[in-house]
Amino acid sequence: MVENGHHDGHGHGDNAEYYSLRAAAMQALLIEKGVCTLDDILTMADKIDSRSPKDGAKILAHAWVDPEYKKRLLADAESAFLELGYDLPETSPKITVVENTDEVHNMAVCTLCSCFPRAIIGRPPAWYKELAYRSKVVVDPRGVLQEFGTAIDEAVQVRVIDSSADYRYLVLPMRPAGTDGMSEEQLAELITQESMIGVGLALAPENVRAS
Amino acid sequence: MAGEAAAKFKVGDQVRIRVGVPPTHFRTPEYVQGKQGKIDTLWGAFPNPESLAYGGDGLPAQPLYQVEFAQTDLWHDYKGSASDKLLIDIYEHWLETI
Amino acid sequence: MPKVHDRGGWPNDDSVDHSEHEMEEWERQVDALNGVLGDKGLKNTDQLRRAIESLDLTTYESLAYYEKWTAAMEMLLVEQGVMTTEEIDAKVADLKQEQS
Repeated sequence: MVENGHHDGHGHGDNAEYYSLRAAAMQALLIEKGVCTLDDILTMADKIDSRSPKDGAKILAHAWVDPEYKKRLLADAESAFLELGYDLPETSPKITVVENTDEVHNMAVCTLCSCFPRAIIGRPPAWYKELAYRSKVVVDPRGVLQEFGTAIDEAVQVRVIDSSADYRYLVLPMRPAGTDGMSEEQLAELITQESMIGVGLALAPENVRAS
Repeated sequence: MAGEAAAKFKVGDQVRIRVGVPPTHFRTPEYVQGKQGKIDTLWGAFPNPESLAYGGDGLPAQPLYQVEFAQTDLWHDYKGSASDKLLIDIYEHWLETI
Repeated sequence: MPKVHDRGGWPNDDSVDHSEHEMEEWERQVDALNGVLGDKGLKNTDQLRRAIESLDLTTYESLAYYEKWTAAMEMLLVEQGVMTTEEIDAKVADLKQEQS
């Protein structure tokens, strides 16, 4: 049933009403049939909510301050996550970390659906799942970077990673200049969701309000 | 992993992506089909999504590779730098020897 | 002609919409339900993808993210005999009655 084509994919119209009722009906039937309980669903929702870009930022900021940890993170991300207490659920796809440098700039996409390192940084932002980003970023990554206001020098190699299978990619952004005296916690505030996808850079310290 | 096949390709090998649009589920986008790239990483073997999608066990597991393409090989009018790359994970049965 | 979901390189003149979508509670629960059904072995990610990919182009392009998931979940639950379309229709009617 499609009555009012929403092209922004944010749909809040008749489609939402129709599908929210179908979803509620399926959920009620699954509970009546004893397939699962409401508690199962709400517990899972809380578990999913508990992961956010803050977790990724904390891990990546640690890599900025500890070069040995960074090596381990790039070689075997999942063991390095575990060191900091992040245990990926058994059902999670594999996650690997790619490093942005003066020479290469990595950015991630899923052209086929919405593959994302959810087990570490939570649900993807809306734009990541929508058609414009998925269509354009593989063919015109530098144009898309511009749309995000991200300037990458012509001499830097742009590497678009299309996460099509069993691996998810978390980008380790470059540590900005002028951050030498900052604590790990302050550094984590510079690491945005966009910088961990590779469409943005880590924030400059002057762009973060003092807390 | 059980039922794992020995990997046919090694890092650095040139490969071509098979062309095909079966009506069933598969994970090889059309924009890389028929294109030539280079094996960048061997990830190991994973259950085949073409079987999993229909409730199958995904066995035998398929070696999975990260394949690197020059962007200029994918898009004839690519506007970025000549050194730009695209990387994508492809299961072995979609790869052809050059 | 690529399938509906295979979007890499499709002509697209839209700019990337940076606005964040505040999740509604029903969407949050669909997200969770998908995880619960996965844990219980009632569906896997590739089955969900396969169901989403079977939507026709207009539907695929006009439904919001969790609306597509809901449509796909219904296909899978009915296909596996967990419930019937008629049961869902009847339950929807009940829910509408409760609301009014």
